[in-house]
Amino acid sequence: MSAPPPHQALRPARRRFLQVSAASLAFAGLWPGSPEGQTLPPLTEHPREFFTEGEWAFVLAAVARLIPTGGDGPGAIEARVPVFIDRELAGDFGTAANWYMEGPHDAGAPPELGWQSPLSPARLWRQGIAAFDDWCRAEHGSAFADLVPAIQDQALTALEDAEVPLPPELRDFFEVMLANTKEGYLSDPIHGGNHGMRAWVHIGFPGARAQYRDWIGRHNVPYPLGPVSISGERA
Amino acid sequence: MARQDPKKDVVIVGLGWTGAILGMELAEEGLEILALERGPGRETVPELRYPEMIDELSYGERHKLMLSPRQSTVTIRRNLQETARPMRKWGSFLLGNGVGGSGVHWNGQTWRPQPVEMQLRSHIRENWGEEIIPEDMTIGDYPVTYDELEPCFDRFERVAGISGIAGNINGEIREGGNPFEGRRSRDYPMPPLPLTWNGVKFSEAARAMGYHPFPRPGGNASTSYVNEYGMQMGACNFCGFCERYGCYQYSKSSPQTTILAALFRKPNFSHRSGAEVLRVEMAPDRRSATGVTWFDEEAGEEVFQPADIVILAAYQIENTRLMLLSGIGEPYDPVSGTGTTGKNYAYQITGSTSLFFRDEHFNPFVGSGVNGACIDDFGMNAIDFGAEGFIGGAYISSAQTNGQPIRSMPLPDDTPQWGAGWKSAIAEWYGHEMSISHHGSVMSYRGHYCDLDPTYRDRHGRPLMRITFNWHPNELRLNDFLRGKIETLAAAMQPDLVSHSYKEEGAQYDVRPYQTTHNTGGTIMAATPEGGPLNRYLQAWDKHNVFAMGAGAFVQNTQYNPTGLVGGLAYWAADAIRRQYLPNPGPLV
Repeated sequence: MSAPPPHQALRPARRRFLQVSAASLAFAGLWPGSPEGQTLPPLTEHPREFFTEGEWAFVLAAVARLIPTGGDGPGAIEARVPVFIDRELAGDFGTAANWYMEGPHDAGAPPELGWQSPLSPARLWRQGIAAFDDWCRAEHGSAFADLVPAIQDQALTALEDAEVPLPPELRDFFEVMLANTKEGYLSDPIHGGNHGMRAWVHIGFPGARAQYRDWIGRHNVPYPLGPVSISGERA
Repeated sequence: MARQDPKKDVVIVGLGWTGAILGMELAEEGLEILALERGPGRETVPELRYPEMIDELSYGERHKLMLSPRQSTVTIRRNLQETARPMRKWGSFLLGNGVGGSGVHWNGQTWRPQPVEMQLRSHIRENWGEEIIPEDMTIGDYPVTYDELEPCFDRFERVAGISGIAGNINGEIREGGNPFEGRRSRDYPMPPLPLTWNGVKFSEAARAMGYHPFPRPGGNASTSYVNEYGMQMGACNFCGFCERYGCYQYSKSSPQTTILAALFRKPNFSHRSGAEVLRVEMAPDRRSATGVTWFDEEAGEEVFQPADIVILAAYQIENTRLMLLSGIGEPYDPVSGTGTTGKNYAYQITGSTSLFFRDEHFNPFVGSGVNGACIDDFGMNAIDFGAEGFIGGAYISSAQTNGQPIRSMPLPDDTPQWGAGWKSAIAEWYGHEMSISHHGSVMSYRGHYCDLDPTYRDRHGRPLMRITFNWHPNELRLNDFLRGKIETLAAAMQPDLVSHSYKEEGAQYDVRPYQTTHNTGGTIMAATPEGGPLNRYLQAWDKHNVFAMGAGAFVQNTQYNPTGLVGGLAYWAADAIRRQYLPNPGPLV
C-alpha cells in the first residue's frame, strides 16, 4: 500500500483530544435508563488499572476502528470496550495467571502449536502497542491515534496481514487485540464492556435469561424478550 | 519425609465420573475408601449457581471450570522429529478439574459404541481381509464384546439419567430411533428432548433423502427423574449454557446430580480436594502397589496414603502419565513398537457446514447440550471400507447447543473480521444460521502415542505428558467422504448462503481451535500383556491391585463421544472387582 504524505495523515493533536472526549461524553456516560450510566466518567477520564495515558489513546482509537460508531448498533466506544480491556489486562487474564509460562520458549514455533510467546497478554499488548506505534510513525508519520480513520484502517489491515514487521513474540498482537475487543463488546456488562447490553440488543441475544422452556417448541418464531444481565439490568 | 496417613482399603485418584462410580460400587462392599481430587470441591450451590454461571467470558472464554495449565498441561508435537511445545493455554481440548471432573462441564452427549467397533480388526478381516489395513495402523479388537458390556451400558445410562429413544431393542428395529445401533435390552430411562427448528429441518431433509434421522441421546433430563441411588434430576429448561458450564438447575447428568451427594453420605467413604496424586508407590517386588503419594495443597506437604487397592480414575492424559511416572507397564517405544504404556493415543475428527437462511429464526440461544438431530447412515457398520478406501465412520448431526455470541458467531464467507462490515453482519446473521456437522472416528497408529516430555515439567518437577499426534490420510479421506454427504444434504435444504469448515488434504493438527475433548488410548486394554498395559477388567497386568478407568483404555477411538463407553467400562470393572477380585485378590486374567 502507498502511504499518503505525513501532513495529510496527521490529525492535529488538539482535534484528536476533542474528538475522543466528545465521543466519550456523548456515548459512554449517558445511557438512558441506566442509573449508573449517569455517574460513569467519560472514557478519557476513566480511572485505568493497566494502560498508561499514551496507551489509552491508542486503545480508544484502535477499538473505534475495529467496531466503529455509526449505523445500527453501538460502536466499541459506546459499549465501553476499552474499560473491559483495561480490566482484563490488569487481572488474571492479563498476567497469564492460569497459563503454563515455564521456559524454554520458542516464539517462532509453528503457529499451529499455539501460544509460545514468553509474554503474558498484558505484556503482549504493551509491547505490541509500542512496536505498532513505531511502525505507524515510520510509515505514516505519526502514532496510530493521531492518524485519520482511513489511514488507521490501512495500518490495522497491514497489522492483520502480518505486513508490519514484528518480532515473533508479538506475532499474535492483532489477533489478541481483536479477540479482546469482541469479548468486551459481547460479554456480560459485569466485566465492564457491552454497556447497557446494547450489543446484545443489536444482535438479538437475551443475555442471562437462560430459561427457554416456553420457546423450545416455537419453531421459526423470533424470541420476543430483550436481554437481562447477571447483575439484573434490563434492556 | 512425607507424612503418612492411616491405611485405607481403596484409594481413588480423581473424583469425576469413574471415580464416583467406583467409589459408590466399592462403598457398597463396606470398604474404607478415600478419593483424592487435585482440583477444588464443587457443588451445584454455590459453585454452579444462577446467575453467576451464565457468564460466557468467565466460563466459555477463560475456562474457569477447567484445570489451570499452570498446574498441569501437556506438550504436543505432530511427528517424532518435531520439538513438542506446551499447551500454555487450552485450545484443541479442555481438561477438566475439580470434584465432578469433566462430567461437570460436558454437553452430555452419551452414546454406546457399535458392536463392530469393539471387534474392529476381526470385522475388517472377515469382510475385506487385513490387507486393507494401512501398514502403520495399530487397531485391534477390544478384549471385551458389546454384548458383554450391554448390561453395564444400561446401568450407566440409568444412573446418569440419559434421554433418548431406542432404535434397536433386542434386535427389533424401532421407528424414530437409531436403526444402526447395537442391541439394547430396554429403552432409555427418559424420552428424548424436543428438537429446535434446525433439527426439524434437518430431519425432514434427511428423511427425504432416505436416511434415518433420530434425536441425539444424552445426559440432559427431559423429565424429572430419580435414579437407583435416590438422586433426583429436574427437566432441562434449554438455557443454552451447557458445555463449559455447570448446570445450575440439576438437569445435566454429572457426578454431582447423579452420584456424589448419595456417596458423601456413606460413612466409609471420604474425599479430599486440593489433593494431587504424584505417583503410585510399589511393593519391593514391584508386583503390586502399596498406595499413593499425594500433595496436600492445604498443608503444603507430601503425604503417603497406604491402600490395598489403587483406582486410577483421572482423565486419560493424567492416568497415562501416572502409569509412566510409576512404572506401571513398559513405556511404549514407537520405533521398535515394544512396550505398551502410552500406546495408541487417538482423538476425533470433525467438520461442519453452516447454512444461512435470511428469513428464518433459529433462536440459537435456545437449546440443551445434547439438542440435535442425527443420522448414523454413514457409521462404522454401514460403510464399505474396501470400496471407499478408508477405515472409519461418523454420525452426522444438526446441533444447536450453546449459541452464546462471543464463540458462536458463524458468518458467511468473505464477511470482514472487523469494522463496519463485521458489525452489520453480526446483526444480519446471528439467529439465522444452522449447521450440519460430522463427528468421526480416529484410528490408532504406530507413531501416535504418549510419553514423558524430556524438557517441560510441572510445579512438582514431574515431566509433562507429551502427545505425538497428527492427522493421518485415512481420517482425512473419511472427512472428505463425509463432507460430500453433508454438502449434498445442505444443498437440498436450499439455504441462502453456505460456508464450510473442513480439514483439507495434508492438514496438520492445529492445537489452537477447540475440537473435542475426546482424547483416548495410552492405557489400552488388551487380551495379552504384550498388547496393552491393562487386561479386559482394566486391571494392570503387572500390578494386580491397580485398576485404571477411562478412555485411556480405548484400543482405538470410536466414532462417538466417549462417555457412554467410559461409563460402561467403569461398571464392568467395578463388577469384576466386587465379584472376583475382592474374594481372591490377584491377577483376574
